[in-house]
Order: sequence, then C-alpha cells, then structure tokens
Amino acid sequence: MAKIIGGITSSHIPAVGNAITQGLTQEPYWKRFFDGYQPAVKWLEEAKPDVIIVVYNDHGLNFFLDKIPTFAIGCADKYINADEGWGLNAVGDFEGDQAFSWHLAESLVEQEFDICTCQEMKVDHGFVNPMRVLLEKEKDWGVKVVPFAVNTVQHPVPSGKRCLKIGEALGKAIESYPEDLRVVIFGTGGMSHQLQGERAGLINVDFDIETMESVISEPEKFASLSNAEIIEQAGTEGIETIMWLVMRGALQPDAKLIHKHYHAPISNTGAGVLVLENQ
Amino acid sequence: MVWKTHDYDNIPGTYVFDGKQSSQSYELNKLFYSLNEAGNREALWNDPEAYMANFNLSDEQRDALRNNNFLEVVKKGGNIYYLAKMAIPRGISVQHVGAQFQDITVDDFRQKLEDNAEGFVEKLNKVGGYWNG
Repeated sequence: MAKIIGGITSSHIPAVGNAITQGLTQEPYWKRFFDGYQPAVKWLEEAKPDVIIVVYNDHGLNFFLDKIPTFAIGCADKYINADEGWGLNAVGDFEGDQAFSWHLAESLVEQEFDICTCQEMKVDHGFVNPMRVLLEKEKDWGVKVVPFAVNTVQHPVPSGKRCLKIGEALGKAIESYPEDLRVVIFGTGGMSHQLQGERAGLINVDFDIETMESVISEPEKFASLSNAEIIEQAGTEGIETIMWLVMRGALQPDAKLIHKHYHAPISNTGAGVLVLENQ
Repeated sequence: MVWKTHDYDNIPGTYVFDGKQSSQSYELNKLFYSLNEAGNREALWNDPEAYMANFNLSDEQRDALRNNNFLEVVKKGGNIYYLAKMAIPRGISVQHVGAQFQDITVDDFRQKLEDNAEGFVEKLNKVGGYWNG
C-alpha cells in the first residue's frame, strides 16, 4: 500500500527562483534563508519518495479567471512549466503518475470532495520553486509528481478548515492506493505578505510564528480562523498559508517535527519551512 | 443588483480580489493574462493603444494603464499577480509597484519590509527549536 512518509511546507516566492538561477544563494541577503533549507533537503533525499504531491496555487499560468476551480488535481503523465509573462526560461518537465492521480481523484469524490481533474496542466512558480529549492535540481527530477491546486487568488477562497478536511481525505486516499509508493506532500505558499494596495509590504512575524506552531501541533487552531481574519493578520497574499493545512491534514495528528525554519523578509514575504514525519 | 458586504471590505489599503472586483475587471485581467505570450508583450510595447483596443476596457482602466498608475489598476480590479505580468518584463518589480502604491521610493519600501520583520530571530529564539545556522 502507498505510505505517506511526511510533509514539507515552503513559501514559493518568485525571487527565490531568480536567486537560484543567478547563483545568489550564498550572498548575504539569501544565505540564512537558503541554509535553513538544508535539513529539509537532506530529509527529503533520505525519504526517497516515489511521488511528491505539491499543494500550490496557480497565479494565472494554467488557469485564467474564466474558470477557477476551488480544488484541482493533475491527472496527466507530464506537466510542463512555461513563461508566466516574465520571460524566464522554463525548468525541465515533470513526470506524472496517471493511475495514482486518478485514484486520488476517485477517492476524494467518494469522500464528497468534488475536485476538478486536469489532463493538461502547466505548473507555475508556485509549484516549481519549492521543487527547485528542496530537490536542488532544474530538470530530471527523479521523482513523479501530482500537482494539487487550491484557489487562493480569486475569492471566494476555501477556508482553512476546508483545506484541513480535504487534506484528511487526501491522506485516506493516498493510503488506500494498492501500490507500495512512498509519498511526500509539499504544502506551499505564504507566509505573511501583501503585494497590493497601500498596505503592501506587510509582514507579521508574530502571526507567522503562531501559524507555524499551530500547524505543527494544533492545526485546528489556525484552521479555525476565517479568511478575513487571516487576510487582516497576514495580508491579502498571506492567505496562501491555508494550503499548508492540506498537507497537515494528510499527515498523522502526532506527526513528528523534524525541522522548522523561518526568515523574513525574503522579497516581500515572511518565509517558513516545516518538515513533519509520520510515525 | 446588490453586492454582498464582507468582513474584509474595511481593511485599510486593501482591495480583496473577489467576485465584485474580478467581474468589473475581467477584460483588464484578460489583457494581462495574454502577456504570458512573448509576442503579445511585444505587441503591447510597440503599440499600446492598438493592443488595448483588443480588449473591452473602460476609459479609466485605459488611463490607468497609460499612466502606469498601479494603485488605480488595483482599485479598478486588476489582480496583482496578473498586473505583475505587465510590470516585471519592463523591469518594474513587485517591490517597485508596492513603493508606488505608497508614493515612496523602492529603497524606502525595502527598508519598510526590513523594519516590519525586525527582531524575528529573537522572537524565534524565545519560542525555541528554530534553525539558526
């Protein structure tokens, strides 16, 4: 049977991808941020996952505002990265696992989570940057992936509570898959940042730390906040942090904390990393 | 027609991108989305008026684009991630946009970010268990 080894949270800030491309990771601005990923990189290498499920939001590459699914899962054998409008080179293609993806979709719908299935799906920086920083690769990833997209861009956005619940259902779906797959889940996005309006530049370190502590040991607490409360504390784009709860819901309630790391600001954002391992 | 109010409506300096914002700016965001194609970016730079004419924009939206008035773009429903597709290829980072929202320099905006995060290592130490090199 498939087994969830653990989960990692990571911000997916575009500037992180640029820093990797430009070889700046050991420059003073970036060093502490990137060095703090190393325990997560090492854990992931030792976890040897067959599949990584990446929970992320699309920023207008794959989905336009004509059709926005609240939750969507990739069911393709290949996912490509492409130009998001910034003229950057795409990273190497990602290999999918169709039978596993379709099983997850089937199980989620059986559990009353009516998810959108995607047989073609471009993946943007929200998906790509956590893969780049955690696998330290740009292509030939050596692991299959399942993109799991959450709408955090156009409200109504699902609540944190809903994200935690779909995560629990995702956990059951993974563990009912008959093949002996080793699965790791990334919960990406956040933490506090606001890019728009006169309040742009907001960073809320206290709220970010509280959120990290809650996700580790008491996810219901963070999940009990309304989206308006999260936006007020963490900023309009800080709402992305609800995606961490999808990962957390899929793991055991008593999953063991392996690593926690926080740095701010990185670009406009408070950046958090957690590694949690199932017992 | 009555737009429902929300708890997030009155957060100062904040324009939550919801159905009300998105529906009034659909064509504007469609223009931004089209900039994922390099050829469309070039067409916009070469002849902004002709390119804008491909989309059903309001006069205010066209003016905001002509003047690079990013705050007005956001107020008129331009989504910040979509707006970035127009700004970034021209060397205008999201931090430049953030500075313009507040009418400050980009250096002052960066300083503000640093100030907002000041003392985070001490806060992490107080909670305990965080990586610190």
